[in-house]
Amino acid sequence: MFAWHFTEMPYPHLPPFDEMTTMRVSLSNAHYDPKIGADLYNRYLDEYIIASELGLNLLLNEHHQTATCLDVAVPLSAAILARQTSKGRICILGNPVANRNDPIRIAEEMAMIDNISRGRLDVGYVRGVPYEIFAANTNPTQTVEKLWEGIDLTVMAWTKTEPFNFEGRFTHRRMINLWPRPYQTPHPAIWITGSSDLDSIRKAAGRGYVFATFLQPYDKVRKMFDAYRGNFHDRGLPGGGGTAYMPLVYTADTEEEAEKGAKELTWYLAAKAEPQYRNPPGYVPVETNVQALRGAYSGRTDAMRAQGTEFLKEQGVMIYGTPDSVARQIKRFYDLVGGFDHLLMMQQAGHLDHARTVKSMTLFAREVYPQIKDLARTQPLNARAAAE
Amino acid sequence: MSIASHFSTIRLSGMDIEVERRGSGAPLLVLHGEEALETGSPALDRLAQTHELIIPSMPGFGHSERPDWITNIDDISYIWLDLVDHFKLQGVTAVGFGVGGWLALEMATKQNFAGKLVLVDPFGVKIGGPTDRDIQDIWTLHPAKVEKLKWRDAAKAKRDFANMSDDQLAVVARNIESFARFCWDPYMHNPKLRQRLHRVTAQTLFVWGENDGIITPDYGRAYTGLVKNARFEMIAESGHYPHIEQPDAFHKIVAPFIG
Repeated sequence: MFAWHFTEMPYPHLPPFDEMTTMRVSLSNAHYDPKIGADLYNRYLDEYIIASELGLNLLLNEHHQTATCLDVAVPLSAAILARQTSKGRICILGNPVANRNDPIRIAEEMAMIDNISRGRLDVGYVRGVPYEIFAANTNPTQTVEKLWEGIDLTVMAWTKTEPFNFEGRFTHRRMINLWPRPYQTPHPAIWITGSSDLDSIRKAAGRGYVFATFLQPYDKVRKMFDAYRGNFHDRGLPGGGGTAYMPLVYTADTEEEAEKGAKELTWYLAAKAEPQYRNPPGYVPVETNVQALRGAYSGRTDAMRAQGTEFLKEQGVMIYGTPDSVARQIKRFYDLVGGFDHLLMMQQAGHLDHARTVKSMTLFAREVYPQIKDLARTQPLNARAAAE
Repeated sequence: MSIASHFSTIRLSGMDIEVERRGSGAPLLVLHGEEALETGSPALDRLAQTHELIIPSMPGFGHSERPDWITNIDDISYIWLDLVDHFKLQGVTAVGFGVGGWLALEMATKQNFAGKLVLVDPFGVKIGGPTDRDIQDIWTLHPAKVEKLKWRDAAKAKRDFANMSDDQLAVVARNIESFARFCWDPYMHNPKLRQRLHRVTAQTLFVWGENDGIITPDYGRAYTGLVKNARFEMIAESGHYPHIEQPDAFHKIVAPFIG
């Protein structure tokens, strides 16, 4: 099991929640104070450096036009950490290739960071949550196709050693010839995220990519990981594929302290957005929108927002407690979902301050991580077939 | 009293297109709007008493196919010109609502297919500068606000989704999705259309809802000024869908024009 530290780098100094209609897309940036923001950027990067020194891996992502995430250009934060740390893997989860309109630029950025970090980079791709559609002004009806075309093109760019052309549905380039090539061979591990689409999960599994999902109840995670395991082939990529899950995690000396920390992390779940940002037209399939018109679908975050921390703990969406309790909860979740390979821990959100964030990640690294490190990896079908 | 409709599927440009035909008389090509709310409206039934309405569903709307290569209204205009040939409609009168009015103009810039055009609150051009909000952004505004901008009487916006069949709801969902596929970016207009409008020679009637808050009557007047044989009529106490909010006033203006 690989454990990863994660924060979205939030800007929590906002008006009370009930005075805002949205924290995403259209919240006035008059609420942003650059002096506070500068401190926050540096603080969050410091925490990643501490996580690296503690033996944790580093997970980064990006969002746009939102107070929930100041990391608006994840290649920048990854590049900083590639230079300022010397151990632990750095995973970008991920590159919004459907929203950036330039897969080749992404391939270049990733290759450069992979070189600077001497092969410590894992490259994730995301379709982008619904809110992201508006900041990027991406047509919401074709993001899945655009995502896969972008992934395929970056892989070609990393692996082809002669100039080539690409005239696809979304990208046209006549002279592609990547300098530098990535440090890792044939290219860095590729990760992809999802929350329900089983076809995409099987596709990722067949290519030996890592599949990651976030903040979901264990029965849903089990279904997705089963779909992954049913089609998982090792393609010889660094890292060896597998599955990843992200809960909110807070580790403390006492249960009381842990619960207090966990409650701070729920700030992330409470982040508000106006309804038009949650389901842009064509983002989900027609069948799902039929359910939405019947009033039966309003998005995952909404349903969870109503629940208390105890419920979220039972479901595995939150993991918190003393080190032994946290280790037990992880093992329980591991068993409930049929095993997984990467524990992605949102250990900081909202107002959770530096001291308490560092305390939690330190306890985790020293007392929890050793208890879960040796949990068995997901076995690819080709390895299983070879063994039989 | 509604008039019986006949639905069929025809093959155009390699795709299945659903076509409704209603009423009898001289043909009238009806280009539905972005939500296709007018199909089944009293306004169309009135016209069907004197004309045969031919109402094709745009690709991705109703039960028409939507191949990936179709990405905007300009693309559809070529297929609809094939449809004009298919039904031998050269010289027809066409009535287009919202995005359908835009489609009619895209067609007319390419081929002089229509003798007369009726355009009801059409999208299609950019009038102001880069930071002017010519067309309110229905996809980033709160849905309640969009309803207020779209309708004079927002109660008219209510649709009874609970009592619709899965097939009917799937059509609603497809229409919403396909509208975004074609009109997301550039938003609700073709930057080139304005430079092509001089080619439109049909007698053209722009009809506008006085209270249309999505695209205002000022936009409509400016748009009318870009088409040579065009005049502008406004319908009081109605929003973006004047034919639905004020079917009598709509008929009074449109019937004499189409003859």
